[in-house]
Order: sequence, then structure tokens, then C-alpha cells
Amino acid sequence: MKQLLALKVNDHPGVLHRITGLFLRRGFNIATITVGACEEPGVSRMTILLEVADERVMDQVRKQLAKQVDVLEVEDLTDRDAVTRELCLVRVEAPLKMRSDLHSLIQPFRAQLIDVGFETVVVEVTGSPAKIDALLDLLRPFGVLEIVRTGLAALPRERQTGNGGTARREARSVEV
Amino acid sequence: MSFEVTEGARAEALSPDAAAPVGTEAPAGEDSERGAEPRPEPPPVYRGADLLVEVLKEEGAEMLFGIPGGATINFYDALYNSGIPHVLARHEQGAIHAADGYARISGKVPVVTGTSGPGSTNLMTGIANAWFDSVPMVIFAGQVSTSVMGTDAFQESPIFSMTMGITKHNYQLMRGEDLPRVVKESFYLARTGRKGPVLIELPKDMTSNEIPYRKPVEMRLRAYNPTPKIDRALVEKVKRDLARAKRPVIVAGAGVVHAGASELLRAFAERARVPVVHTLLGLGTLPSDHPLSLGMGGMHGTVWANMALHECDFLLNIGSRFDDRLTGALEHFAPRARIAHVDIDEAELGKVLDEDYPIHGDARDALAILLDGAVDPSPSEEWLAYLESLRREYPLWYRTDRPYLQPQRVVQIASDLASDDVIVVTDVGQHQMWVAQFFRFRRPGRFVTSGGLGAMGFGLPAAIGAQIADRDALVLAFVGDGGFQMTVEELILLREYDLPVKILLFNNNSLGMVRQWQELFYEERYSATLFNIQPDFMRLADAYGIVGRRVETEEEARAVLEEAFRTRAPYLIEFVIDPMANVLPMVPPGNGVHEMQGVKPE
Repeated sequence: MKQLLALKVNDHPGVLHRITGLFLRRGFNIATITVGACEEPGVSRMTILLEVADERVMDQVRKQLAKQVDVLEVEDLTDRDAVTRELCLVRVEAPLKMRSDLHSLIQPFRAQLIDVGFETVVVEVTGSPAKIDALLDLLRPFGVLEIVRTGLAALPRERQTGNGGTARREARSVEV
Repeated sequence: MSFEVTEGARAEALSPDAAAPVGTEAPAGEDSERGAEPRPEPPPVYRGADLLVEVLKEEGAEMLFGIPGGATINFYDALYNSGIPHVLARHEQGAIHAADGYARISGKVPVVTGTSGPGSTNLMTGIANAWFDSVPMVIFAGQVSTSVMGTDAFQESPIFSMTMGITKHNYQLMRGEDLPRVVKESFYLARTGRKGPVLIELPKDMTSNEIPYRKPVEMRLRAYNPTPKIDRALVEKVKRDLARAKRPVIVAGAGVVHAGASELLRAFAERARVPVVHTLLGLGTLPSDHPLSLGMGGMHGTVWANMALHECDFLLNIGSRFDDRLTGALEHFAPRARIAHVDIDEAELGKVLDEDYPIHGDARDALAILLDGAVDPSPSEEWLAYLESLRREYPLWYRTDRPYLQPQRVVQIASDLASDDVIVVTDVGQHQMWVAQFFRFRRPGRFVTSGGLGAMGFGLPAAIGAQIADRDALVLAFVGDGGFQMTVEELILLREYDLPVKILLFNNNSLGMVRQWQELFYEERYSATLFNIQPDFMRLADAYGIVGRRVETEEEARAVLEEAFRTRAPYLIEFVIDPMANVLPMVPPGNGVHEMQGVKPE
């Protein structure tokens, strides 16, 4: 089963190694992992998509992560409402006469061309992994030369607090 | 973090102004803008090594174990006049096992040092050992200077990444100004929560550079909570349900010892009338001859302890991590019991078994709640009588039909002759299990053995550390001829530091435990377990200037042990034991704990 975790970790050298080493020792398979700065200075956020056997293993993963001194927060987003995005860049064979076809194909995906040459173009698309997969399937007949995907970044949707003072903000947030 | 950040941090550490302290300095020019205000005193500047020694003193570091080298020579230079005693081992493995024994007996946090490269890699076994058995220590692993790190410089090894998986936490110290904070955090982490080894990788220039120092040092451990608030309601539920159980049992692990909760455990077991199974590291939490003590459970446990584990209807585990050597095949472990588990490390809860009452907290806190108010005794007299009948029917036994000295008998004699405050240390192997089975442990926290890692070579150096921690105690080091030869070079420390350790060497001319498995499960194919030639252990004792005695009979054993116990001098006593003596009973690998073999003499 796939599990999605959001971590806040100290931004120290070696912390990524520490986390991935933990997964390696315990035989957990990482599907994707992304790391970057977050809203706090000195703290990074990791989004990890894991493949685990069952819920008990997942419970172990959470506890083992939380036990690390450099791990500040562990949030399990698997069953929570969260927005998830992945960025994908694709280099596609696109002779000039095919360009308009290509363009009309990618437009519904809100993808765009970010590099244009005589023979090839680079398409940028952001979205759920399923959406990216779908676009890649459509691009394959053109000739896909290179693909790079970032892995998931995820944030939970706005929390529904019980606090009357923020009643208006309690409304379910909407993905746009 | 990511590669970019790592490289960035490295570059920053190497840049000329990396030494500029963060946050503590007044911004440049501030005083001139304010005019009259006096310029703040610049922080005092220390050589890194001197600062390190100062911080060690502040942390109350009382004992160092190690071997110096090029990368740590500045540190050793600063130690020269520090007054902190240093034990110079002959091998880093000896140093760190000695620190381990010292920590277990003194309850303090020793410091271990090894130089870069081989000095640090030689520490690895001891680090892993301390990690598995939750023994606190702070380790300084020397490293080559930051300017050549990563270039495969002379005596360089990537000790930071190598030790990530066998330390509670580790640090790569790349900026001098981090030194005081990192050292303080290390001691704090080592001695709190689930204790364990903390390693600091110390590049040589961190000890030679000048470092500004301001107190106090802020610790940055915001997510670390060593004292979890225990779920009182859940513990009270355990207390109620335990009192209603018909066949309850307590499993007492090392967590009880670490928490200093043996007295509370005893009080609770007595008031609740619940028998106690000990793990290897939990031996001594109740005295061995206490009527509620079932001795050790697991692979070489007693029949009555293992049947208690198998047939119980309520199991309260305090401070044990359900090691596979205790549980045997999981499907047969306490199959009809509701299981409560108290552990200071939340990650232990649910790791092996799906407990009905997972209690995250300190053993002492849990037992205090269990003892609070009236304790209803469980209706378990029938259960206790049943276990007692098993004890009578299947007593621990050893062979009497062979012309050789039986090792179990030697353990019994030593146990009978020893005083109550004896410290028992073992190496790893058959003798370790014979001691666990036949020694009468009278006080908690006086049994030092390599439990989780099972590191041969542990015994002698650990006994050295234990005797340093308690100079007046009778320290017995039970070792086998295999493990003893792995760290035998530390014998000289007995003379050098005047340590009257009694070494009880069980010589069966083999790697006995492996030989036993080969006999029982590999059709007596003794592949590489029999020693054809052995050193002359008596001449070895002589070479190291300690008393050597060779023993082949029970009468000699008693006489020599009596002599050794009343003499304040180190002894090496070689017991020439039955080469075919086995550790029985035994749960064969893959079986449940109720499926033991060798429960009775054939």
C-alpha cells in the first residue's frame, strides 16, 4: 500500500541520509521523496511516498521517523485531505509541422512549452501523478526523448478547526 | 539535507569567515551608533581542544576510555593537565567495552575516544553493542581536518555515515562554535529517555582552531521529549485487568534496570501475586531465589518460565523489546494472552507484537501508578502452584555421567561463594547462558552482559570497566576460550589499574555455542568450530603478571575460587570443562517457547 508522509526536519547536512538510511535498514521502499525549504528558517520539509506492506508497518515507520532527533514533525497525509503535486519536464520530438497538434494536445493539461528547438520541445506539466501519466501517454506517439519527474510535494488542505473566530475560514477549501 | 545544502554547508565551513559566531556577536558598528555605551567584551577565545575539555568538565565527565592518534592528539594534549582520568586500552574495542561496563555499573556517561580511520572503525562493535543494550556513552571519533575530508586522506573513514544506524544520534562537527552545544546535547541525549551511545565526529582542526565561547549554550532539541507523559488511565486499566487474570505473568526487561525500578517491580509483583519472567538483561530485577521469580525465559530459559509465557492469559511486559531470543516463534508466544507493554521508546510499541495496552513511558512511572492505592492480588494461586510443579518436575540440570568438569557446576560454586554485591560479567556464548541459568542474582543492575548484539570479546574489557566503576566489589568475568581471545590484550589493564577482576575462563577448546548448533542441527559437522591448538593460558597469565590457576575438578574449582575471592588480586582461572557440554534446555530455532528440547536428562 502507498503511504504519503510529510516531515519537517532540521536542515543539517546528513539528515536526508539519516532518513533514507532508516528506510533502507528496515526494507521500506521509497516511491518518491522531495526535500526543500519550508516556511521556517533552518527547517526543511520532506514529502515521502512510501510503499509498505500494511498499516502496522506504517505505524512503525511513523514511530521510527518521529524518534529521530532531527525529525521535528511527522504528518501522515495518506488518509487526509491533501493537495499533492508533481512537476514533470518532458523532451518530445516535435518537427515544426507537428507543433500545433502538440500544442492543442497539451493545452487541456495546462502544460506548456518551456523550451523550443527545431527538432524538439520541452513540455512542463504540473499535477497529480495520474494526470502526468496521462499526458505522457499522449505524448509517446510523438517520440518522448527524456523525462524528469520531481516526485510528490504535498500539503494538507486547510484544517477544519472548531474555533468560531475563524468560522468563515472553516469552509472546506477548494482545489483550483 | 539535499545535496545542495550539504555542499553549501561544507563550503561555508571551509570559508575564511566561517569562524564568525552566529547570533552572539553584536553587529559591527553598533556601539559607535549608540555612542556612550561601552563596547561589549569579546567572548573569550579557546583552543578547540581546551574548550572541549572545559565542556566535558561542565558535563561531569568523570572517566575517559580510549587510544590517542594523530587526529585526536590536540584533545589528548588538552587532557594532559585536565585531571579527568583516562584509561588507555590496548585496542579501541577494549576501550569501548570497558566504557560500556563502566556505564552499566556506575550509571554515569563515560567518554570514549578513537582516532580517525582505524581508531574509529575499531570502535564500531562497541558502539553497536551499546546501542543494542541502551547503554549511555559519548564517543569522540577523530577525523582528518575539514580541508582534506572526503579526499581519502591518510586514516580517513566516513565514520559519521557509518555510525548513523548504530547510535542514538550522531554529529559531524564542522564548525568550532558548535562544539559546546553539540557536546552538551550529546550528554543530554545519551543519558535521557532511552539511553544510548551518541557519537561526535571531530575533525582535527576543530581541536586546533581558536573558538570563541559564550555561555550559556542553547540546546536545539525541540522535537526531543525524553520524559513522555504516561497514559495513567491505560496503566490503571492494566492494573484492573491484571487483577482479574487467572494466569498473569510479568516480563521484566532491561528497562526496569535502566529506570532504577527494581524495588517497585518487586513490591508490585509481591502485592499482585504475579510471577516474573526475566529477560537476559532483566536478570536480577528480582532476586533469583525470590518465590515469584521464574528465572530467564526464551531460547535457553527455564521450562516454567517458558510455559508461563506460553500459557498466560495476561502478559505485562515492562522494559523489554520482545527480542526474538525471548519470544521464539511469534505465533506461539503468549497466544491466549492480552498483552500490555511499557516502553520508554514508543517505536518499540507495536514493533514485534500488536499489544492490547501499548504504554509509552518510563518503567518507574508505570510501576508507581500500578502500586498506587490498593493492589488487588490476582486469583493466581493455582497458576503459581502449577508453575511451581513445573519447576519441581523440570529443574535445570547438567550431566553427571561424564568424567569432565561440568561448567554449570562451576557457576553454582562461584555463585555460592560470592558475596551479595558481586558484579557478574560475561562474554558471549555457552558460558553466558550457563551463568544466566545457574547463577543466583541477588541485586539488580549487577549483571553485565552483551544482550542484543551478542559481541564476543565483550567480557574482559567490560569487567575492567565494571571494576573501575566499583573498586571494592567482587567482579567475576565469565569468559569462553573463543571470546576471551578476541580482546585478551586488555589483560594488562588489570595490572596497570590495579583491578582484582577474577576471570573464569571456560575452556572447551571450541566455539561452543556454534559447535552445539552443529551437533544438534547440522549432523555433527563441526565446521571451523574446534580449536586444534590453543595458547598456554597459564603462561599467558604469567606474561601479563597475574595469577593463573588451571582447574579440572570440582574440588579444585572450589578451592581455587575460595582462594581467588579472598585475595585482592586479578586471577585468570582456566576451567578445563567437558568439551561436549551443551546449553539445555533449548528452544530450537523456529519453534515456539513451549517446544523445548533437553528439558530432562536423557
